[in-house]
Amino acid sequence: MSGFSSSSVDRRDIVALEGVTKRFPGIVANDSVDLSIRPGEVHVLLGENGAGKSTLIGMLSGLQQPDEGRILVDGKPTPITSPRLALALGIGTVFQHMMLVPTLTVAENLLLGGPWWQRPRTEELAARVAEITSTLSITVKLHAKVSELSLGEQQQVEILRAMLRNSRLLILDESTSMLTPKGIDELGALMRRLVEQGLAIVFITHKLKEAAAFGDRISVLKLGRKVGEIPPERLRALGEQEIVSEIVELMFGKQKDDPEAVERPVRTARAGAAPLLQVEDLTVAPTDNAPGLSSISFDIRPGEILGIAGIDGNGQKQLAEALAGQRIATCGSVRLDGAAIETLSVGERRRRGLRYLTDDRLGEGTVGTFPVSMNFFLKQVGAAPFWRNGVEQRAEIDKRAAQLVREYDVRTPSLKTPVARLSGGNIQKVLLARELAEGAKVVIFNKPTYGLDLANTLASRQRIRDTAARGLAVLLISTDLEELLGMCDRIAVIANGALVGTVENADDARTKVGRLMIGLAA
Amino acid sequence: MTGLFSEVFLSALLFGAVTAAIPLLLAGLGEQISEKAGVLNIGIEGMMLAGAYLGFVGAFYSGSLWLGFLTGAAGGAAVAVVMALLCVRIGLNQIVIGIALTLGLEGLTALLHHFQFSRSYPRLPAADATVIPLLSDIPVIGPAFFKHHLIVYLAVALVFGMGYIYRRTQLGLNLQAAGDKPAALDVAGIDVVRTRTIAVLTTGALAGLGGAYLANVGAGLFIPFITNGAGFLGIVLAMLARGRPIWVLFGALLFGVCLSLTTAMQVAGINIPTDIIQMLPFLAVMIMLVLFGRRASLPAALGIPYERGAR
Repeated sequence: MSGFSSSSVDRRDIVALEGVTKRFPGIVANDSVDLSIRPGEVHVLLGENGAGKSTLIGMLSGLQQPDEGRILVDGKPTPITSPRLALALGIGTVFQHMMLVPTLTVAENLLLGGPWWQRPRTEELAARVAEITSTLSITVKLHAKVSELSLGEQQQVEILRAMLRNSRLLILDESTSMLTPKGIDELGALMRRLVEQGLAIVFITHKLKEAAAFGDRISVLKLGRKVGEIPPERLRALGEQEIVSEIVELMFGKQKDDPEAVERPVRTARAGAAPLLQVEDLTVAPTDNAPGLSSISFDIRPGEILGIAGIDGNGQKQLAEALAGQRIATCGSVRLDGAAIETLSVGERRRRGLRYLTDDRLGEGTVGTFPVSMNFFLKQVGAAPFWRNGVEQRAEIDKRAAQLVREYDVRTPSLKTPVARLSGGNIQKVLLARELAEGAKVVIFNKPTYGLDLANTLASRQRIRDTAARGLAVLLISTDLEELLGMCDRIAVIANGALVGTVENADDARTKVGRLMIGLAA
Repeated sequence: MTGLFSEVFLSALLFGAVTAAIPLLLAGLGEQISEKAGVLNIGIEGMMLAGAYLGFVGAFYSGSLWLGFLTGAAGGAAVAVVMALLCVRIGLNQIVIGIALTLGLEGLTALLHHFQFSRSYPRLPAADATVIPLLSDIPVIGPAFFKHHLIVYLAVALVFGMGYIYRRTQLGLNLQAAGDKPAALDVAGIDVVRTRTIAVLTTGALAGLGGAYLANVGAGLFIPFITNGAGFLGIVLAMLARGRPIWVLFGALLFGVCLSLTTAMQVAGINIPTDIIQMLPFLAVMIMLVLFGRRASLPAALGIPYERGAR
């Protein structure tokens, strides 16, 4: 936090928002937000999904215009009417979704935007890139195709691009969401070096710990309003835990401690009961880009939650799909309530009570353009009472859908809203409602809280606990160890498509699972 | 049958192939620009027809082939203005508008021709060939490739010009970004709509030029529906060429040979029903698609109108 010794000097904001309001059909995305952005500061914008962070960024980067209020640049009211103008004003943005052309090389991407009649000035670029990368101590492969770079590398290219354009303000929109923990630390260090060079940074995140670790000033957004700001003086005075609890106070106004803190599960599994799901020797052949499964065996009793821990991409999705019948197993048996189901179709398995909540919510989980109501019944198309003689019964569907929306607290403008317009958390609620409906016996959850904000994460976890408490068998696949420790009865560890061990979720479970995950015996 | 393999026949066949290939080449190169920038231009058949008609009219009244080429290119570009307004600026469906333009211009050019010339089909004088010294003396190849109108050589030169633009210039980068990731181009400060508009207008001009060549040099006259699917063949060529102009040239020559062969075989009086012979070029299209269609790689944003800030 260098430079703060001089914070008494009147430092004028590079960019300031005054009472900025932006409305979209049905919602107020930003409601008279004030914000001041200063050089030498990492200004964290913290808020849950749908808090209005992205809209704010859209207005700063010239993609959207405020309906009310004004934006001041260097103290002068300046409408930012286009991305080009934003760039000219020195505002560079690294968007949540990468803004690089995958088919072009890094150099070509960096050259994009030059005058069209010119030849791309490759040599000049290389010299400037070398100059910037050496001060930031990052390396960039100029001649690699962007599609061959990792997401972390792509992000560095985007930051570099902003620097090449002489940005004074760098906006990082949810930049850590796709990075590995190491990548996140590197980004944090890079941001620190950048502000030390006098840049202003706006860092958008929904992760409390990142905000506390990287921020010089934290603004908290909630439902489009700014509900609080923690200035640098106060941030420096507080420890990380105190910052987190202060932020939680601002965001929820209820809990003071870490809301994600592990709580020991209440054991509901009946040890004596016959297993609801028995899997034996389940094997799937590997494909070009995915590992197979080798001889997976486990069983789950009613009321039990079995966790599958492991690093992403070790066969979790293959396991879930093989159980649901979406992937062909080469051998092995799957018994549901005693009856063999391994030869049955996806639909038949579902009818018998095996439910799979995919992690691909918008891809295979829902049809984005269909209304919310129809998405509840995607897996029952043709079934009575929602269809009769092949004809859709709109009234029945709407009645039941309205019931589910209430029961699962789906926040949607109407039943007719296309489901893709909802936030991630609400789409997940639609999926939960669909899969937990009548007749469920065994439910497979694949990364159920991935990408959800805190409130929705907690709500989803409660749903899963309730599911087990109703006497269903639950298979919970997650890459979040805390989540598994907080919810499961037993935790199995998957590595390279095989279960390398299963541990009871007792006090020493964390160390045992950790050892299994890095390849040691429990 | 011996006539089939005589030197004269062979060079006539190849000469015809080049003549038939040039409109396809220009259409394919034009379509390629649009597609690179993310606009699927199905209206190209209509643009060619407009170019053929206006090119013919221009040449007929002025007596200058070059003026005809100019009016033809302008005609194609004028149709492209409509396409750019509706599909690029307003963001309407490119396929629907493209089909509408093609159908509309088929009718319009036929109607205008009927008003002007009633049922007569006046001919233009044969085009002057630019004979390339020395090269044109090579047997078979010389008369086939080096005794064409100047515009033919220019069209072939355009292939290399386009290649240079795509690989070496800022404009080429912008075009590719507009087709592969328009949002990235937009945040880089380049107007996506403008970039795509330039691409579509260029397509129109090239297609119009191709049409004008077809009428003025290839046929020497205008008859309704003269393009007979040449624009659509251009679309196929552009898709198979994977963004590389040189492949458009090779493809156009291949189709040109097929087209020329149909004429040649009829002239030679081979005992095959003409219907079957006339199928040949389209058979070639299907074979090419079966062989290479899977390898066609199209820009990610092809056919999708760009709207800033859309989710």
